[in-house]
Amino acid sequence: MMKLLITTVSAALLLASQPAAALKVFACEPEWAALVAELAPDANTFTATTVYQDPHHIEARPSLIAKLRKADLLICSGASLEAGWLPVLLRQAANPGVQPGQPGNLMAAMQVSRLGIPESLDRSMGDVHAEGNPHVHLDPERLSQIASVTTQRLQIIDPDNSSQYVAAYDRFTERWQQALQRWRRQAQPLQGKNLVIHHNEWAYLNEFLGTNSVGTLEPQPGIPPSLGYLAELNSSMKNTDVLAIVRKPSDPEKASQWLAQRLNRPAIELPYSVDSHGAADLFELFDKTIALLIAAQAKTQ
Amino acid sequence: MFSSKAAYAVIGAALCTCLTPAFAQAPAGSQQLNPAVSLIISGGVNEYSNDPDNYEIGGLPLLGEAGLNEEGFALGEAELVLDSNIDDRFYGKATIAMHQEGDELEVELEEAFFRTLTLPHGLTLQGGKFFSEIGYLNNIHGHAWDFVDAPLLYRGLFGRQIIDTGLQLTWLAPTDQYLQFGAEWLRGNERSDNSDFAGKNAVTTFITTGGDINRSSSWQLGLSGLFSDNGVVELGGHGHGGEEEEEGGDAELSGDTRLYGLDFVYKWALNGNPRTRNFKLQAELFRLERDGDISIAEPDGIEASTLASDATGFYVQGIYQFMPKWRVGLRYDRLNIDNSGSDEEVLAEAGYENIGHNPSRVSAMLDYSNSEFSRLRLQVNSDRSGESGSDTQVFVQYIMSLGSHGAHRY
Repeated sequence: MMKLLITTVSAALLLASQPAAALKVFACEPEWAALVAELAPDANTFTATTVYQDPHHIEARPSLIAKLRKADLLICSGASLEAGWLPVLLRQAANPGVQPGQPGNLMAAMQVSRLGIPESLDRSMGDVHAEGNPHVHLDPERLSQIASVTTQRLQIIDPDNSSQYVAAYDRFTERWQQALQRWRRQAQPLQGKNLVIHHNEWAYLNEFLGTNSVGTLEPQPGIPPSLGYLAELNSSMKNTDVLAIVRKPSDPEKASQWLAQRLNRPAIELPYSVDSHGAADLFELFDKTIALLIAAQAKTQ
Repeated sequence: MFSSKAAYAVIGAALCTCLTPAFAQAPAGSQQLNPAVSLIISGGVNEYSNDPDNYEIGGLPLLGEAGLNEEGFALGEAELVLDSNIDDRFYGKATIAMHQEGDELEVELEEAFFRTLTLPHGLTLQGGKFFSEIGYLNNIHGHAWDFVDAPLLYRGLFGRQIIDTGLQLTWLAPTDQYLQFGAEWLRGNERSDNSDFAGKNAVTTFITTGGDINRSSSWQLGLSGLFSDNGVVELGGHGHGGEEEEEGGDAELSGDTRLYGLDFVYKWALNGNPRTRNFKLQAELFRLERDGDISIAEPDGIEASTLASDATGFYVQGIYQFMPKWRVGLRYDRLNIDNSGSDEEVLAEAGYENIGHNPSRVSAMLDYSNSEFSRLRLQVNSDRSGESGSDTQVFVQYIMSLGSHGAHRY
C-alpha cells in the first residue's frame, strides 16, 4: 500500500515538474510576439497588447495575470514602457521563472544601446524614462541583436529544443540581412527628410532611415496635445520643409490632421507594429512603413 | 551584421555567462531608483451644510477613521511610499502616513510588508502589516480612489479600511480563467486609528476571478469573508480632523464578528486603450454581523446590554472619462441596519440604536488629471447618514504624486 502511494506521488510530481509540450510565451507587445514567431515557431505565444493600445497605459487585468502565471518566457520592451502594469503582473502572477533576473524575463530594450537617455530627470519634462527611449523595435539593426539574445534565452529555458532554436535563428538572420539591404536601398530618398511626430517612439526608425524629427504633437512625452501648443508648433514649422506628420494607430488622429491641413502636408498613420496596416510579420512591418513614407514623399514632390 | 558563424559564437559565449545564476540585466520598470520612492500629498477644501462634528451613521458607532474630514481648508495625509524587490525572492513595501493634527505631527506606519515572488505552484505568502484583500476598494490606497471619501459601507462597517498585521497566503490556479484563492490570519486588533475591527485573531478568506469579455471590456468578481470570535472592540473613533467622538467613547463590544462580501468591477475602454475614453462600473455588497455584549464604563458602575447587530451595505459607482484628462463619476450608497439587545438605552449610548433609518448618500464628482501624477477633483454629496436630514457636502481636492511611477492593480 505504502509503495503504491509513493509510486503515485512520485509519478504525480514527475508529471507536475515536466515542462509542458509547447513553450509558453507572454509577449507584452505584438512586435515581440512576432519575433518569437520567427525564432520559436512552435511556441504558444500570448500577446498582452495590440497595436491599437498604448503599452504605457494598460490595466493589470485578471486575464493577464492568469496568462503570466503559466508563461515560460516573458518578453517585453522594458525600459519602463510597461512600468504602469507589468510590475503588478509580476507580483501577482506567482511565477518564479519570469521574475527579473531570471532567464525567462527578457526586456528587449535593455539588451541594446538606447537613444534619449536623459541627462537629468525632471517630471516637468513629461514622462521621461531614465533608461532612455524604449521603442527599440523600429530599428531593424537593434532587432537583430535582440533576436540573438532571445535565441540564447530560448536555449536556456528549453534546452531540449536548443538546436531547433539555432536553426530558426539562422533562417531568420539570413532573411533579415537581405531585407536590411533592401530597406536601406529603398529608404535612400528619405535621407535628411523632416517628420513631425506624435510621440517620440519614432527615434529608432529615424536613426535607421536617416530622417529627422523636427517637432512632436505632444508638448511633453505623455502629455496630450493642446490647441495652443499646436498653434505654436504650426508657426514654428512655417519655414521647415516637413515631409509628413506621423502617428501610430493608437494615437488620436485629430491633432495630426489639424496640423496637416495647416502645413498642407500629409498626416500618415504608420503601422508601428505587426497586425496593423496588413503587416503580418516583422518583414512586412518595415516594408509597409518605408512604402508609406516613400508614397508621402512622392506626393510632396 | 551577424553571419551565422558569428551568431553561434555569440550564443556560445552568452551561454557560458548565462549559466551563472544572475543575469546582467536590469529588471523591468524600476531600476532608476532602488527602492522606488514616492510622496503623495493631498488636501483641499471641505464644506458641510450640517456641523461635521455631529456626523453620525444612524445605527452604527463610528470606528477608526469613519468620521468626516475637517471643515474648511484641510491638509490631508502625506504618504511616503517605498517599494522594491528586496532580492530575487522577496518584494517589500512600506507606506508611512504623516498627518498634521493640531500642533502635532502624527506619523503612522500604514503598511509594511514583504511578499514572496518565487514560491512554486502559484503560491504567494505575504507578511507584515497590510490592507486586507477583503472587498475591492479595501486594498487600494485612498489617494487612488475615485471619490474623495470612502463608501458608506466602508465607513460604517469597516471604520474606513481594514488594515492589520498578519499573514496572507494566496494560490493562483493554473487556469486560463483568472482564479485566485486566499486566506489571511490577522491580529484583529491593530490599534493604528485605522481599525479596531474584530478585536481578536481574525481570519479572512477570499476568492477572486475575472477575465476579458472582448478587447474593450474586462471584469473581476470577488467573494470574501472575515471571521473573529470573542474579540473585544473599543467603540468610538474620530474623524481625520475632528474631536474624539463622545458617543460610545468608553464603550466596549465583546463578541463575535462575521463579515461577508461580494465585489464586482467592470472596465471598458475602446480597444483596451483607456487614454481617451474609459468607463468603470464598480459595486460592493457587504454584511456585518456582530453578536456579543456591550459594556460602558460610567462613574457609577458599568452599564451592559447584549447586542445582535446586522448591517448590510452596498454602493454602486460609475466613472466615465469622456475626454483625455477629464472624468465624471456618480455613486450611490446605502446601509440597512438592524440592531437588537437587552437594553436599548445602552445600545443607543454605544451607537447601536435601532431607529429604522437607512443611511444613504448620493455623490457626484468631476476630476482633472494633467498627468498620471496630478489630479484635481470637485465632489458634491447629498448625505443622509444620520437622522437629522440631508447634509450637503462639497469637496475640492488635490492629489499630487512626487517621485516614482506607481503601478496600479486592476
